[in-house]
Amino acid sequence: MMAYILRRLLYAIPILIGVNLLTFTLFFVVNSPDDMARMHLGVKHVTPAAIQNWKGEHGYDKPLLYNDQAHGIDKFTDTIFFTKSVRLFAFDFGNADDGRNIGYDIRQRMWPSLAIQLPVFLVGLLVNITFAMLLAFFRATYIDLWGVVLCVVLMSISSLFYIIGGQYLIGKLLHLVPISGYDVEGWGTIKFLILPVVIGIVGGIGSGTRWYRTVFLEEIGKDYVRTARAKGLSEIYVLFRHVLKNAMIPILTGVVVVIPTLFMGSLLTESFFGIPGLGSYTIDAIQAQDFAIVRAMVFLGSVLYILGLILTDISYTLVDPRIRLR
Amino acid sequence: MSSLMTRRWWAWPLVATLVLIAALAWLPPLFGVKPNYLWTDRLIFVLVVVTLFGIAYVRQREHLAGPWRQVFRRPLAMAALVVLAAYVVVALLDSIHFLVPLPDQTKGQPVQYAVSPVSVFDVLVNPLRKHTEQTYSAPFATHLFSKQTVDRPDGTKERIYERLKYGGAQLTNPARQEAGDILRRLGMAAWQAVLLWLALVALVAWLLGRRDGNGTGAALRTMAAGRRPVPWRTLFVTGLALLLLVFAAVHLGGGYHIFGTDKVGQDVFYLSLKSVRTGLVIGTLTTLVMLPFAILLGIMAGYFHGWVDDLIQYLYTTLSSIPGVLLIAAAILSIQVYIANHPGLFDTDADRADLRLLALCGILGITSWTTLCRLLRGEALKLREVDFIEAATAFGVRHFTIIVRHILPNVLHIVLIIVVLDFSGLVLAEAVLSYVGVGVDPSTASWGNMINGARLELARDPMVWWSLAAAFVMMFTLVLAANLFADAVRDAFDPRLRRQ
Repeated sequence: MMAYILRRLLYAIPILIGVNLLTFTLFFVVNSPDDMARMHLGVKHVTPAAIQNWKGEHGYDKPLLYNDQAHGIDKFTDTIFFTKSVRLFAFDFGNADDGRNIGYDIRQRMWPSLAIQLPVFLVGLLVNITFAMLLAFFRATYIDLWGVVLCVVLMSISSLFYIIGGQYLIGKLLHLVPISGYDVEGWGTIKFLILPVVIGIVGGIGSGTRWYRTVFLEEIGKDYVRTARAKGLSEIYVLFRHVLKNAMIPILTGVVVVIPTLFMGSLLTESFFGIPGLGSYTIDAIQAQDFAIVRAMVFLGSVLYILGLILTDISYTLVDPRIRLR
Repeated sequence: MSSLMTRRWWAWPLVATLVLIAALAWLPPLFGVKPNYLWTDRLIFVLVVVTLFGIAYVRQREHLAGPWRQVFRRPLAMAALVVLAAYVVVALLDSIHFLVPLPDQTKGQPVQYAVSPVSVFDVLVNPLRKHTEQTYSAPFATHLFSKQTVDRPDGTKERIYERLKYGGAQLTNPARQEAGDILRRLGMAAWQAVLLWLALVALVAWLLGRRDGNGTGAALRTMAAGRRPVPWRTLFVTGLALLLLVFAAVHLGGGYHIFGTDKVGQDVFYLSLKSVRTGLVIGTLTTLVMLPFAILLGIMAGYFHGWVDDLIQYLYTTLSSIPGVLLIAAAILSIQVYIANHPGLFDTDADRADLRLLALCGILGITSWTTLCRLLRGEALKLREVDFIEAATAFGVRHFTIIVRHILPNVLHIVLIIVVLDFSGLVLAEAVLSYVGVGVDPSTASWGNMINGARLELARDPMVWWSLAAAFVMMFTLVLAANLFADAVRDAFDPRLRRQ
């Protein structure tokens, strides 16, 4: 098991190098640092000196890959690729365009993100599986048919409308909870979290329920279920003890991968509700065209995704004793 | 079907393609305008041609035609198809762009054309396009939404709700006449819609009756009783609803702003119709862009083991490990910088916006091909062990021939399922990306841009809700229809589901 995990972690390295090369190409080869400087300075203020100055301030005044003016190992380390891309591997994200330390900001901002994403994830999972079990129980009846149609209808609504509608209905019309905002200290923050969490759960019901229903129906069609019924077990017992257990593998495949990326937050929710998490951090960076932050978030996202894949494999061994990782 | 027909399945689509090309090249000059096809327009035409060939190909292959017949027998799927067809018509009409000559021409000089291209659709809905007010106005309003300062004849200034220039301009006393006028227009619309609908029903009944040889009356009765394989009743009910809506829109749109006007006074209904093309372009061209890569790489990875497989797997794992929105954001930001620094590359703003739309399709394609690629790899992995492929290998058939003739036809159902399933997701993604600021160009009409623009006005009291409502209605209808249709396609083509 340990050897397997170690090997998987080693496999992650070439993938992360690939991710790094890709972002490096996008940000430094397609557009040179000069282009970036010109863009940030605006058309009016572009002078060669100003560009040099901007590049110097942000550490972009080095050669891309190979510095022939430096000595020894510095020929490779004193370059943009090394200072901006390779150092990401050490989780050294550098500074944003406004001079703030990105690593510090990420550590501060991941907790509000998690405070929203974790309840959405857990409660959402529970709700979706419950609904899916219900539909599977009533399969091939009108309840099932209209349940699926309702799921398709829910799926067809853009997440933007869930947020806007929810804010309008609950926050503005009924005045139950504040529309947006966040309180970093203490339990008072819960009242800010309720609305985004509820909307996050409701927004996921459509696709989630439908997906789990397919998984359950596929299991229900298998021979062991028929055997269990032939033994005289009740349908409920079959569903919970046999189908749910055996459906764990496909469920885990989709679920565990998401867990690490919960830290990343949700772009839309956080920006609509004004929550100082990583999602709104990313969206602000995109809108301010702060490439350093976008690069850091791309890297972080890939790391977390790969971590999720490894966790998925490990979780298989926990639910299915037949699977051994070697 | 005769063997000759079977062999020449490509004949009629080829003719249709040539006719299409000729029409696109020579028809606009006949009307005195200069054709000006954007890049996305051309790709849409390519897509139309591909679809034509696809239909012809499917028709003469029973293993593909059979499932399609099953799709066409599902009432819900057919209703969805009617709705989708309406959207496609709007998008296609909106994709034939041309330049209109300027009104004042000097004699002897070459003809001067307007700078920005208009589409056939623009010309058809000219009143909607031209009827711009000063600023916000509510649906069916006759006055502006906010007070404006106007000069009175005696020189004093006054703040009043001004009358709209076009919305309800035909009324002398809006408060008393408006309801009656709207009802009169609706009545007119209903009358025309029903008339056209009856003509359509009669035409279909006549055609079917002729084909059956039982006469029109018998065909009509079987249709009404639902005794035909194709659910004509559902089709006609959906069709009637659609016709009613279209005629109501035509009659009301000329005199009112059905969905109000936006900040700069543009008709929101017009904008939401223009957005149809953007939505469909993103939903379909993305697929067109990514399909060749996904199919080729997926099948290659599964068919050739070894380093090819490793390389392709590495490629898609790397791409799929980057969060989609971030990859799109990174790419669009780079393209934005590129476009900002190379202003000379584009003749007009429309060209620039179009290129950005195309770039978005390409990037969405890059982020979305991985799923299909992985599925195709798995399928090809299974297929290469199957007897008839091993036999082909033993006979010394070349790899390329095996892939094209034996593997490709056997994975087409997966491709089709993924393509239709992806469509609605892409349409929804456009709105989110435009909101984040990495979507289509702000000057392009799109539902995402409409929502984005309306978002800031939600805090106003009373609320400016109509842009949101229009975008929601149009987007929801399209995505719902696409989802329902995709479900039917998946049910018909997925062998796992077919067995159950």
